[in-house]
Order: sequence, then structure tokens, then C-alpha cells
Amino acid sequence: MTMAPWPKPAEGTWTEHYPELGTGPVSFEDSVSPEFYDLEREAIFKRAWLNVGRVEDVPKVGRWFTKEIQIAGASVIVVRGKDEQVRAFHNVCRHRGNRLAWTDHPGEERSGVCRQFTCKYHGWRYDLDGALAFVQQEDEFFDLDKSQNGLEPVHCDVWNGFIFINLDREPRQGLREFLGPMITALDGYPFDRLTERYDFVADNNSNWKLFADAFQEYYHVPSLHPQQVPIAVRDPEGGFTCAHFQCDGPHRAVSTAGPRRWTLDPAYMYPIELATRSGLVGPWRAPDLGPLPSGVNPGGVEPWGITNFQIFPNIELLIYSSGWYLLYRYWPTSVGTHRFEGTLAFQPACSARERVEHEVASVVFKEFALQDAGMLGGTQAALETGAVREFHLNDQEVLVRHFHKVVGDWVDDYRLETSELVP
Amino acid sequence: VTALLPTEFADLEPFAATWCLATEAERWDRRMSSTMPELVEFHDAALPRLDAAIEHCDRHPLDALPPDVEHLLQLVHSVAMVAMAVEIFGQAKTVDSADAVLHRVKEPLP
Repeated sequence: MTMAPWPKPAEGTWTEHYPELGTGPVSFEDSVSPEFYDLEREAIFKRAWLNVGRVEDVPKVGRWFTKEIQIAGASVIVVRGKDEQVRAFHNVCRHRGNRLAWTDHPGEERSGVCRQFTCKYHGWRYDLDGALAFVQQEDEFFDLDKSQNGLEPVHCDVWNGFIFINLDREPRQGLREFLGPMITALDGYPFDRLTERYDFVADNNSNWKLFADAFQEYYHVPSLHPQQVPIAVRDPEGGFTCAHFQCDGPHRAVSTAGPRRWTLDPAYMYPIELATRSGLVGPWRAPDLGPLPSGVNPGGVEPWGITNFQIFPNIELLIYSSGWYLLYRYWPTSVGTHRFEGTLAFQPACSARERVEHEVASVVFKEFALQDAGMLGGTQAALETGAVREFHLNDQEVLVRHFHKVVGDWVDDYRLETSELVP
Repeated sequence: VTALLPTEFADLEPFAATWCLATEAERWDRRMSSTMPELVEFHDAALPRLDAAIEHCDRHPLDALPPDVEHLLQLVHSVAMVAMAVEIFGQAKTVDSADAVLHRVKEPLP
């Protein structure tokens, strides 16, 4: 299948359209260095806005979940209060530091519903707004002011139903300002209607940035995923060209375009796809979501396929023209490991046929994500050998270049600030 | 023995006890513990019946499927699961997936 040659910017390439990126070889030392990982903790994960869930995860007053952000050493409770506001708190009892919300195992993420949080250790209780409500044998304490001993708040804000937290003492930017014009141009997309969710998790043996890299370029697709089309129509030398790339601050986007998979000759589809009219790119028919914001297709490409937004630092949001979206999050757990979370979100099925369409999309997604995930342990191990230190990226990989550049810039900013503090 | 599937799908009844599984985790494990001849036999018998099966399910509201119809929908989900092995990879395990795992931890039912 030959893709149309999508026009490039006036500079001749996407990469040169962003001159600060350069065109030289890059190092992936940032993905194997323990020292750099320590810097990412402070410079990125304790400073950036981090998406930890959706408002549908706390649908009613008193519903809560916990999020372990291992790289930042943080455990966070997200809860919907009596006033319907979503808040976040450090998951730490003010009395003796016990983890507050947990069941069965204090190190694992949990969710539930309650009227108050009760500490398992000595029974202190907190209201849903974090206020300390009850102290067992309060008269045994010395100068304890309950009004000054509520749960330690974490900055929390919601954008289009996505709950973000910020672990900085005082965030440098508000959430909307951080997201910037390209991401906030998605305002009005009906995320709140796409509530039928297939959630996946995996622990992966690679640095968090390497998995993100695999999803922000399509150059690898014909080589790593030849099975995406049946063997009879595979072209061993067929490449893949994306229609549009865009960088905005620390964030990125890439759009694919071209004929819809299901409009191709049936030879390009597997029997299960023909039988269910769903598959690699999701259900063939799109639900009527009404008018969409133009921001879903920032390059205005036609026929539009997918736009993959990488919201710094660690999430990707893939909006499909067929009316559903994918969300990935990469949570670092060590320099060479991370926890991957993936969600497919659809408008809830009204019929078995629609449910099967969603199931098929979810099954196909897993197969090809497993190929990416399976390869990355090898990438990490190979990079760690240090045998090769410079790597060439092509114009289709401009977003990989941008991502590592931005990570480096944030770390440099942090280094500069902290070195200025030393007399 | 009581049939699991609606009588119209008696031809698929031999596969029902094995493949009427509620969750993706169960279907995945069953695929991994099956031989390719078993996967091919099920796939080749069930794929031509897929459209009829889905239409049969759609005679009922999705949130009120009678037990035999719910089993039928679970069987359809299992066809999707084995199709990946039979049509795409030629083996039960995803080609080149090494030691990677991906657990589906939340899904709509049925």
C-alpha cells in the first residue's frame, strides 16, 4: 500500500520546522542513567501536572481511589467531596504517618466509597474535604489543634474530565496554561460520552520514555507489526508516512491520514475483521458524536485517521476519527522499568453487535501492544550495554527527538535552579 | 446435560463448556493453554456462525440477556480471541511478545 506523499512544512522537513531540535544523532543516556532518573524525579514528576484518572472513576460523593506515583515517592488519594468537587490528598495520616486509604496491602492502588477516611492504626477520621474530624482520646494529646491537622492537600484540577495532580508545593503553571493551546483545543470533545472502558496494566522492563517513543512514531509499524495486514498483501519495503506533526511547548501531536482500512480491498482485512466490521483501527462505523472541535485534527488533514497527542510528561491520547479514544500512561518504577496503563474508551454499546465491535478492537490492541512491549526489554538491555551511544532519528521520528529534548530541558532547568541555590 | 447455548446454536455446543468464558483474562488463558489444532477447530466452526450469533443476541437488550444468550455472546468474544492466533500469528502466543504481559483489569460485561 503506497501512502500519498503528505506535504511537509516550508523548511522541507518537520524536524527543521522546529530548529531547536537539530538534526544530529541523539543519545538515549537519559533512559539508562540512574543519576538522570533521580533528576527526572525532581525536575519532572514533582513539577508537571500528571493525569491520574477520569471523573468517571469518582462518579459519586465519597468515591475515592489511590494512585501510587513511585518515582515521586507519593501515594495520593483522589476523592469526590460532598460539594461534588474532586480533591487530592497525600495518603498519609497526620497522626503517625500511616498510609490512610488501603485494604489488604498498603502498597497497592485501591478504590472505594466512604463517608470519612478512618486510619486503621489509631482510628483518626478525616472528612472528604480532608478536615480532621475525629481523634481517639483527644484529651490525651498536648496542644493538638484539629483544624491545623487535616490531610495534606495535593494540587488537583480537572480538564475535560481528566483529573490531574501536581506534586509541586506551588505549581509553576495552572493546568490549562500547562496544557497550552494545542491540547486545550480539544475542549468540547465528548470525552464524557465515551465511558465504556477497557483498562489494561502491565509492568514493563524498559525506561518509561522508551515505551512512549514506540507510540509517537509510526516508522516502526511495517517492520515490527507486519501482521497488521494479511500476508498476501504485505509489502516488505512498504513504509509509512504520517500526514502531520506538531509540537506545542512540551507537548506533541501526530496525525495519520489515508483511506479508511475498511474501504480497502477485502484482501487487506482478516476474516474476523470482515465478520465483525471492527479490528485494528477500531469499529468501522462511528457513533454520532455531533460536531467535534477542530483541535482533534490540528493539521486539517483529509481523510483524517487518528491524532495521537502526547501530553507531557507521561500520557498519550489517541483520538480516532471513528469516534473513540485510547489513553496510555507510563509510570516510572525504576530507571529500567515502568508501569504501563492503557485504556480504550467507547460510547457505551447499545447492542451486542456494538459490544463485539469494541471487544474486537480491544483484543487487537492487546496483540500489537504486546509486540511493542516485548521488544522494549531488549531495547533497554541493549542501551544499557553502552556499546552504541549515538543514534540517528529520521523525520518521521521528530516527536521522539522532541520528547527527549524536552525531558532534557526540564532537567537542565532544574539543575540550573538548584545550582543557583548553592552559594 | 443441560445445553449452555440456545438450541439454534446446538452445532456450537461442543465448544461451549470450553469457550463460554466471562472475562478476557479467562479467554486469554484458555487460548494460551490450547493447542493450535484445538484453536483452529473452534475458529473454523464458529466464524461462519458469527453473524447469526450476534443477530440472535440482538433480539434481547444487551443488559438483559437470558443466560443461554449471554453464553452465546461470550462464545463470540472467544472467537475474536482465537482469531488472533489462528488468522494472524499461526501460534497461540503473540509473535515476538517475549515476556510481555498486558492485563485487562476493567471491562464491560457481558
